[in-house]
Amino acid sequence: MLKDPVIYAALGRGLQLTLVIALVTIVLSFIFGTLLGIARFSKIPVLSQAATVYIEFVRNIPLLLILLFCYFVGGLQSRDAAIFGLTVFTSSLLAEVVRGGLNSIGTGQWEAAHSQGFNYVQILRYIVLPQAVVKMIPPIVSQFVTVIKDSSFAMTIGAFELMYEGVILTGKYWKATQVITIYILIALIYFVINFTLSLLSRKLQGKLSLGRGTIEQ
Amino acid sequence: MGPFSLQKWQASLSNVPMLIEGLGVTLIVSVTGLALAMIIGVVFGVLSSSHWKVARFFARIYVEFFQNTPLLIQVFLLYNALPLIAPKAVIPVTVIGIMGVGFYHGAYIAEVVRAGIQSIHHGQIEAALSQGFSYIQAMRHVIIPQALRVVLPPLTNQAVVLIKNTSILAVIAGGDLMYRGDSYAGNAGNYGPTYIVVGLLYFALCFPLAVLTKKLEDRAEVHGNA
Repeated sequence: MLKDPVIYAALGRGLQLTLVIALVTIVLSFIFGTLLGIARFSKIPVLSQAATVYIEFVRNIPLLLILLFCYFVGGLQSRDAAIFGLTVFTSSLLAEVVRGGLNSIGTGQWEAAHSQGFNYVQILRYIVLPQAVVKMIPPIVSQFVTVIKDSSFAMTIGAFELMYEGVILTGKYWKATQVITIYILIALIYFVINFTLSLLSRKLQGKLSLGRGTIEQ
Repeated sequence: MGPFSLQKWQASLSNVPMLIEGLGVTLIVSVTGLALAMIIGVVFGVLSSSHWKVARFFARIYVEFFQNTPLLIQVFLLYNALPLIAPKAVIPVTVIGIMGVGFYHGAYIAEVVRAGIQSIHHGQIEAALSQGFSYIQAMRHVIIPQALRVVLPPLTNQAVVLIKNTSILAVIAGGDLMYRGDSYAGNAGNYGPTYIVVGLLYFALCFPLAVLTKKLEDRAEVHGNA
């Protein structure tokens, strides 16, 4: 069965959608998560409270539930519901990474910049964020790994990504050993991508090694 | 009738007892899954910080495999492979769920345990022993309190993620909270209110643990900087 080109065509198709979902999610979550993190970090009560409620609520419910909600209640198409739901979920996690990064920059820098005539946005833009981003890179990369893994949940709302294409293949190759072979194949594909990213994250972490505490999965 | 009409809310709320039953399954799977994950985590965490190269290698393989593939595929593999390994045994789906989250989070906890072990300097146990502490006393008063400070915040965080991940049982019809909520929502065509109630139940379970995590993190930071 491993010679059947149908398998590779299907998995290739699935991988494409997996990568599209993951990449779009990562880009959107990065933007939205950064804004959320800054909002929570800010001293403006309404903004910070709204961000806190969002982050704490989303962080404490399962991704699967969010995806089902976007699909069945939101009425989005499979792929869009997957991207939207994953973004809602991942943003809340990235926001905490951003906040951790911002918190790690000492208040002295804020005061110093302030005394030099920088305003709040300028301080964030030119002084705090550039330093914080360096500390945030390793946890953000490991969050990418999580997004790629989590995108497999999209099969539950009918998105034909890698996992779902595999499940469909098990209709043709239904014998237990065949099913297991297909799943192992899929696991290997995920593994190669994620392991590479994990190594990258670890390398960056070593290179940037700036103390611990900000990186908590 | 809109998706959030009063009737739909009423129907959803009258279904809450069934959801609570599902919550019970989620709780049982979470607690046993966490226990399994702890055992695996401690074993592989100790192995990966041992001086024995082969042990470190195997621990590495375990951790990398389980951390870099989706939980969903691991559960599907278990679901299909277990009957081959034990053809006569009837394995309930909840057990597959427990093994699934247990193996997966075991890999993360192994890394937490390894970090805990590595955070303690070798000299400490020797110093404690030289001061007249017995080995157990040294562990109890010197080593373990420090290691816990490092290990506890990420551990409680893992517990939160584990609880959320038990929702994977819904995919293999495991009778948990997510499954009950989803099948009721589908049968009754009542998605919105049902999912919101389910979400609130998960939140009620996870949020206290998330608050605890934050408290432990803050405490670790205070002591870490001192």
